[in-house]
Order: sequence, then structure tokens, then C-alpha cells
Amino acid sequence: MTVARPTTLSQAVDALAAMPDAQLLAGGTDFMVEVNFGHRRPTDVVALRRVAELRHHATDGDEVVLGANVTYSQMQTELAEALPALAAAARTVGSPQIRNAGTIGGNVATASPAGDTLPFLAAVEADVVLASPDGTRRLPLADFITAAKRTAIQPGEVISEVRFPAVRGPQQFLKVGTRNAMVISIACCAMVVDTDHRRVRCAFGSVAARPLRPTEAEDFISDALDWDTLDAETNAVDRFAALAAAAAEPITDHRGTAEYRRHTVKVMARRALTRSLRA
Amino acid sequence: MTSDRNPGYAEAGRSQVEAAAEGAPAGSRLTDESESYTLQVNGREESVKAAWLGESLLYVLRERLGLPGSKNACEQGECGSCSVFLDGTLVVSCCVLAADAVDSEVVTVEGLEPGDGLSDVQQHFLDAGAVQCGFCTPGLIVAVHDLLDRVPDADELTVREAISGNLCRCTGYGRILQAVVDVQRQRAGTQP
Ligand SMILES: Cc1cc2nc3c(=O)[nH]c(=O)nc-3n(C[C@H](O)[C@H](O)[C@H](O)COP(=O)(O)OP(=O)(O)OC[C@H]3O[C@@H](n4cnc5c(N)ncnc54)[C@H](O)[C@@H]3O)c2cc1C
Ligand code: FES
Ligand code: FES
Repeated sequence: MTVARPTTLSQAVDALAAMPDAQLLAGGTDFMVEVNFGHRRPTDVVALRRVAELRHHATDGDEVVLGANVTYSQMQTELAEALPALAAAARTVGSPQIRNAGTIGGNVATASPAGDTLPFLAAVEADVVLASPDGTRRLPLADFITAAKRTAIQPGEVISEVRFPAVRGPQQFLKVGTRNAMVISIACCAMVVDTDHRRVRCAFGSVAARPLRPTEAEDFISDALDWDTLDAETNAVDRFAALAAAAAEPITDHRGTAEYRRHTVKVMARRALTRSLRA
Repeated sequence: MTSDRNPGYAEAGRSQVEAAAEGAPAGSRLTDESESYTLQVNGREESVKAAWLGESLLYVLRERLGLPGSKNACEQGECGSCSVFLDGTLVVSCCVLAADAVDSEVVTVEGLEPGDGLSDVQQHFLDAGAVQCGFCTPGLIVAVHDLLDRVPDADELTVREAISGNLCRCTGYGRILQAVVDVQRQRAGTQP
């Protein structure tokens, strides 16, 4: 077993090319739990923690770029103004210890239905950027996550960053769980009210195998909103919430029933929209 | 669950040895060929010999380096009892690959107070009756040091959020919160 500790992305890509069976390790908060419980037995590891260039975040023209190593603690503090919904999502993840270590790249790569950054990334229509010896390629998140915990990543590829268009307007994140810390989402919701493009975009987590975009509900409310006053009729808000709930594909598991999850989608859709509108 | 090892070790522990190879070109690396690797723990160089490279930092601290202060209760990041500083950042050591902590400074509960005495946080935990069975205590002590070094005047909500990843099954947290306030008062010079 070899543990490589590259300090640049190109070293990381090279190390992965040299050890094709190697597994990537970032903050370890998903990875090490699996190792500790014997569910993952790495032969070789490429540890990404020291790759400083993956820790950066910036606005590149009209695009926001988040390096794969950006931690929840960074999102919570450094991105609180620029991306309030992502910062709010980060604040709900695990505990301070988990947020200090866990990364956005790890959340995207794990592709859990309950991954708390994924609804936001789905709502802003983020692309995942993958680096390999052949260069880089960009995939929409919706194509990158192919099923629950399954992605389109190819051998030799490293997620280097996520990119999405900068968006203006109110944004929200809501999460339902049994306490305010250390909970995996029973359901969660991210919403951006894109005032430039006059479009409400939202996505729900833990209510389908992949982050769920209720496009019919989005179409409806984007039409129904009065964009000049940022206001909507109560019955339009209700209809939006009902359409979102109808789009959910929840399952029953130890965290909650399908029925409860569908109910929370309705409540969160209404609440996120109401909070985004002018009172 | 056993308290002495990461179970993954039982499966993969057959592979031998490992450690720090000198300056490999593509960043540094540890490999099977090496005999040991070195961790910096509490200001000392500690050699880890014949270890499977999949071991968690928690396992290595407790079982290889004789530092049992960090407790093992869940091995899944949920309880905080294994909290340590990694390069000054509060993390759970069960979620750190020990072989990935090479080149980093690790500080455990044993290293918070350089001398033999207790840190102010430890002393106030004792005085306030914030310790019952004591299993959660080392992790909480580390987490409280982290908080009060960053946010000396943290209000109660901030304290609660800061220790939200440290589970205590005995105290109900009341005396823990009191101990934190006592440390704050002493550090601010507002307590006799
Ligand atoms: C106690 C606890 C609580 C948690 N709570 C939450 C929560 O509330 N919400 C939530 O969403 N998640 C939660 N998680 C899960 C976890 O913290 C997140 O999914 C986190 O983002 C994983 O990131 P990491 O850096 O720790 O990844 P790692 O554990 O290091 O890696 C995870 C996976 O991603 C791969 N990977 C990592 N980086 C890359 C990369 N750059 N390119 C390609 N593949 C990569 C790894 O190979 C591995 O398969 C929790 C975990 C724990 C232990
Ligand atoms: S043993 Fe590490 S968090 Fe519980
Ligand atoms: S004192 Fe027993 S768990 Fe906290």
C-alpha cells in the first residue's frame, strides 16, 4: 500500500496515473468511516489535502469557481455573503470537526442522495470539472451524478472544481432532521430566485436518488411571480408547493417515511419561496 | 464495537510495514517498502513502525503511540471523543488517515498543557462538576480550547454550536456550559 501526498493538481493526476487502483482521499469524513468499518480497503491512496490550488474559490468573470478542497468551514465563513444558501447548507453539515475536514469535492464525489451541497449545486446548474492526464472535461452535475452514490467519474480523473454562473437574487437553504446538528437530511431544499433571468430554480435532497429539480413547479412559479415587486399570490405559492411535492420520488427508510418526506417538500417549497419574496 | 482498533485493520492488517520514503518526485509518499513513518505529536517526533497504512490517526495514537487520551466511541465522526488538532484545526482523529498526517502537527488532549498540570479548561471542568464518567471529556476539552482560543467571548449559542459534535451521555451539558463560562471569566479577569 502506498499513500501519495501530492501538493499540486498535476502531481495528483500523475500519482493517480502511476497507481491506477489508488483511491482519492480528501477530508476523510466519508472515506475513513468506510475504512474503519471494513467497507473500504484501499490498496493505494492519493491524499489531496495538501493540494492548495484545490482550496481556492473565486469569481471568474460571470462564473463562480469552487475548488474541490474547499471545506464546509470555508463555505460557512468565506462564502457567507456571496453564496448564502451554500453557506447555510454548510453550516448544517455534521459538526465543527466534520466541517473543518469535509470538502465540497468529497460531497460531490460521494453523490449521496442526502449530500447537503448537492441541491444548491443542482439549483445553480453547476458543472463538475474533472482533471486527468488528457486535460480537463466539464460535466453538468445532472450528468455527473448518474444514480444514488454513482457518478460518471472515470479512472484517472480527479474532481478539480465546480463551476456555475454567478446568480443574483434571494437564495435559501432549508433542512429537516432530528436536531440542528449532526444530522443527515431527512429532506433538504435549496432555492435561488434568479432576478436577472426571472427564473425560480430549486432542488430537493433526500427525496429522490439524485438531487431533484421540480421543473414543472419552477416553470409555473417563474410565470406566476410578479418580478417587479417580487411578489406572488398565496394560491400561486400553494400551487408551486403542491407541484414540487408531486415531483418528489421519496422512499421510506430509517430516517423517515416517503409520506413524511413528500410533506416536508411541500412545506419547504412554500417556506423557501415565501422567505425569498418581498414581505 | 471494539474500542481498540479500526475494524478495517482486522481485514487489511496483514500487509506489513510502511512509511516515509524520501522525497519522491510527485509529492511525498509512504510505501510498503519503508519501515516506519514519523508523526509530530504534541511537539515530539513519534515513529510509527510496521503499521498498516489504512489505520486511522485515532488508532495509531491509542494503540501505537501510547496516547489513550483521545477516546474511541464511534469511529464514524459522530461523537467527537477523539477530537485533536491537526495543524491547529479541530478534527476528529478517527476520520484522519494517520499516514496522511505525516508533515502535520498533531496536538492531542495530552499535549494541551505543556507541563504536568491541568489546563485552565481541564481545571474548570473538574471544578464545575462537568466530568461524570469522563469518556466525553478529553474531546470536549480539546473542542473548548479550540473555541475559546478563536472566540474568547463566545456567547452561549456559539458555545453550544461549537460543542454540538461532542456527545455526552451523562451530564446533560449544564455543567459543561458552566465550566466554559468559568474559563471565560477567569481568562477575562472577571472571576475571583
Ligand atoms: C459525523 C458525520 C456527519 C456528516 N454529516 C453530513 C451532513 O450533514 N451532510 C452531508 O452532506 N454530509 C455529511 N457527512 C458526509 C461527509 O462529511 C461529506 O460527504 C463530505 O463532503 C465528504 O468530503 P471529504 O472531503 O471528507 O471526502 P472523503 O471522505 O475524503 O472522500 C469521499 C469520497 O470522495 C472521493 N473524493 C474526494 N475528493 C475527490 C476529488 N477531488 N475528486 C474525486 N473524488 C474525490 C473519495 O475518493 C471518496 O470516495 C457526514 C460525515 C460524518 C462522518
Ligand atoms: S470516535 Fe471519532 S468521532 Fe467518535
Ligand atoms: S461524562 Fe460521561 S459521557 Fe460525558
